[in-house]
Amino acid sequence: MIVAKRKKIPEIFDAVKDHKNVLVLGCGTCVTVCLAGGEREVSIISSALRIASRKAGKKIKVNEFIIERQCDNVFIESAAEEIKKNDAVLSLGCGAGVQAIAERYPNTPVYAGLDTSFLGILESRGVWTEKCMQCGTCVLSDFGGICPITRCAKHMLNGPCGGSREDRCEIRADQPCAWQLIYKRLKDIGQLDKISKEYPAKNWSTSINGGSRTIIREDHRI
Amino acid sequence: MNDKVFEPKIIAFCCHFCAYASADLAGSMRLQYPSGVRIIRTPCTGRLEVEFYMRAFENGADGVLVAGCLEGGCHFIDGNLFAKKRVNSTRNILEESGIEKERLRMVNISAAMATNLVTVINDMVNTIKELGPNPIRKSIDGSGGEYKEFETLNSQK
Ligand code: SF4
Ligand code: SF4
Repeated sequence: MIVAKRKKIPEIFDAVKDHKNVLVLGCGTCVTVCLAGGEREVSIISSALRIASRKAGKKIKVNEFIIERQCDNVFIESAAEEIKKNDAVLSLGCGAGVQAIAERYPNTPVYAGLDTSFLGILESRGVWTEKCMQCGTCVLSDFGGICPITRCAKHMLNGPCGGSREDRCEIRADQPCAWQLIYKRLKDIGQLDKISKEYPAKNWSTSINGGSRTIIREDHRI
Repeated sequence: MNDKVFEPKIIAFCCHFCAYASADLAGSMRLQYPSGVRIIRTPCTGRLEVEFYMRAFENGADGVLVAGCLEGGCHFIDGNLFAKKRVNSTRNILEESGIEKERLRMVNISAAMATNLVTVINDMVNTIKELGPNPIRKSIDGSGGEYKEFETLNSQK
């Protein structure tokens, strides 16, 4: 899922402070699960904005609304009425959600309330970790299901770098060395021979480095 | 602001199993605490959400006191420990929003600690008197922070 975190209130307030009616729009999917932009966070951030607005001597009316998914036109439709009633939207969706709303409402200013951070998983209660940087050519099958692109600080395909200490990455001691994990995993599943395979340099043109990406499925188009 | 005019309006969320019982006991013992403190009984401080605190301040509360069981003594094992974390994170959001974080405080009280409850309430009242009224009250009711019923403040939102 997409993992995001709340921006600080002064930054959010600064973005919306010149509007009279602001709709704080939550999203019921990824950002609800990572506790950044769901129903609760809409309520908390709205309260904070009302307080900040009164503190600044302004009378911003902050309204709250949540839709199931902000990155999908079908769901955005259900917010149409609410959006029309307000001068601006503070989206608590991920970056895709914010942009989907903005594209749909060309005359309504839309602001981002979250910092969209990464594609990851819930590691344990209150802890999210990054697992995939969407390189566009997945190599997980060769590395025992552990991504060296995302989880090795040097994105090495022919690791390890040789700098790890115990099982820790030399770049960040709070992270395990991805190559240590890959080695152990390949050994556990009886595929250690894969580690001696030499990988050619990665073609990054399928990643974001090749520009923003589009997938077209002709068989599904009408 | 003159202390006589400013009587802090404080919401005290009291856990049913400890602080609320001790408030009851304080009553039986005829112990006095300022009348601006309004006690709300909660099944456990772990039931209290960040939203509750934010709404209280948004509607003009000068302070919010959260009173749960002694650590290790929660009726639901660790509700008060969760509450402590939530109170701490709310204090940060309040500060970001422009409300002094000292206005929100959590204390741990057992059902028998009636005198302690009165002490922490008085402590809280003193802190709030030093801080003055909730800084946003002025813009809600235009009174400059004098006493006003919450219901009235709410309806003006
Ligand atoms: S190899 Fe690429 S697509 Fe596969 S998990 Fe790693 S970053 Fe994601
Ligand atoms: S120590 Fe391991 S994870 Fe860190 S950069 Fe080297 S190979 Fe990559």
